[in-house]
Amino acid sequence: MASSEEDGTVEEKENNNKRRTKSALATAWLTFYNIAMTAGWLVLAIAMMRFYIQKGTHKGLYRSIARTLKFFQTFALVEVGHCAIGIIRTSVIVTGVQVCSRIFMVWFITNSIRQIQNEESVILFLVVWTMTEITRYSYYTFNLLHHLPYFIKWARYNLFIVLYPLGVIGELMTIYAALPFVRRSGIYSMRLPNKYNVSFDYYYCLIIVMLSYIPLFPQLFFHMLRQRRRVLHGEVIVEKDD
Amino acid sequence: MRRTTFFEVRVLNGKTKEHLCFLDKVEPYSTIGDIKSLFHKSYPHWYPARQALSLDPKDKSLRDEDVLQNLPVGTTATMYFRDLGPQIGWTMVFLAECIGPLLTYLLFYFRVPYIYSHRYALTSSPHHVVRLACACHTCHYMKKLIETMFVHRFSHGTMPLRTIVRNCSYYWGFSAWLAYYINHPLYTPPSYGELQVNYALFIFMMCEVGNFSIHLTLNNLRAEGSRSNRFPAPTKNPFTWLFFFVSCPNYTYEVGAWLSFSIMTQCLPVALYTLLGFLQMATWAKGKHRAYSREFKEYPSVRMAIIPLML
Repeated sequence: MASSEEDGTVEEKENNNKRRTKSALATAWLTFYNIAMTAGWLVLAIAMMRFYIQKGTHKGLYRSIARTLKFFQTFALVEVGHCAIGIIRTSVIVTGVQVCSRIFMVWFITNSIRQIQNEESVILFLVVWTMTEITRYSYYTFNLLHHLPYFIKWARYNLFIVLYPLGVIGELMTIYAALPFVRRSGIYSMRLPNKYNVSFDYYYCLIIVMLSYIPLFPQLFFHMLRQRRRVLHGEVIVEKDD
Repeated sequence: MRRTTFFEVRVLNGKTKEHLCFLDKVEPYSTIGDIKSLFHKSYPHWYPARQALSLDPKDKSLRDEDVLQNLPVGTTATMYFRDLGPQIGWTMVFLAECIGPLLTYLLFYFRVPYIYSHRYALTSSPHHVVRLACACHTCHYMKKLIETMFVHRFSHGTMPLRTIVRNCSYYWGFSAWLAYYINHPLYTPPSYGELQVNYALFIFMMCEVGNFSIHLTLNNLRAEGSRSNRFPAPTKNPFTWLFFFVSCPNYTYEVGAWLSFSIMTQCLPVALYTLLGFLQMATWAKGKHRAYSREFKEYPSVRMAIIPLML
């Protein structure tokens, strides 16, 4: 019994060392990641502003920033990995849902349905996303470096109250505008009869996606509200037991 | 004459810590199950299956078989109660989960009006394989119903109501989705024709018989008394020889049956259902395999959890 206890303490020390080196590596990677993403979204914001100032219209704005947007938004998938390995203490599901809805909008709506790229709702959600992401990633960066200015903390936990609903409106209006084009072109759809005896109608899939915002958006919104109360006012929220 | 020290049990609400019940003159060798029955007398709407008693509000709940005097408590025990919500017995759960798919598939097979286009209402498919598929699907679920009623002995008593709603939506929903395509007027029979259908049908039947044999074997093992110190082993029945290679051959046969059904019907939704079922059953099999390996020292090392030599 005694010898196994000794082994236990040696192992514990090794584990602690591993954990400490792991968090140094994890912190370094996360700092790099957050700085890169802040920079990326800043570039997007400036590119959008430059386009609007130079051309005076929003038509063609999406095409000009499409590649940068796709790159940085897709790269955000690694955040799900962060939660899964445990270097970020957020639920994998919450992060997963948020990142997936972004990837879905970028790749399966605006990228593939060309005709809606000049809609105003696209500009709406792009502006909202840019503002949200710059605030969020700079918050993480400063937090990791332990030099968080209060105004960034304030921005992160207050702006979402306006930005989140605006973003949802922009996304829903874009999907709604895309519906007639999806129906006409039959994109991503498969009809019977076919060899695999399956069918898929992207049009109805989009309608289901739009309806799913109804249960999902309040849950994510109230999750952020709870975070806000905890961080800004130090309130302890008791989670409802199941 | 020895005086037996009686125990006193105080039951508090696990969340609000309010005093719920005080039981005195409790026999020291009474079990948690007995205490739950006593508690039920004071609170008739909280039947024993709904009660979770623990020594600390954050602890896991005590088992029904635990004996009071073996617990780390003095002669006055304080227990915390948690309501698990309405519970349904496992038998009812399985019956509900099996009846649904059986009946929904038949709705689609007989092409009840308003499912397909109006002119196909109450017609039947010209394809031989569609009739076979209906027979196979129906037999699969009838076998499950018979096993639930006469073969299985369930260990845990009950399951919460919410879980049943979730499970039933999954089984009923998927069964409706795959029945829709197999019985569709525009169904395309398998690419390799009768050869594909007959081979797949043969394997399906073998897997069903295999699955049934395993359930019988496990049942006989249970019949020798709960907590018998033997792990499942191959018997004279050739179908149980899969026990040489896997810990949970019932899951292996189940996956095999669904795989052959998806090949027989050449229907992608069935293949998807098979995949999801495989992922779930593999998780269960790995858990069981780990439990067996831990409990029995001489557990054969060549055995895998669900796929021979692989998983």
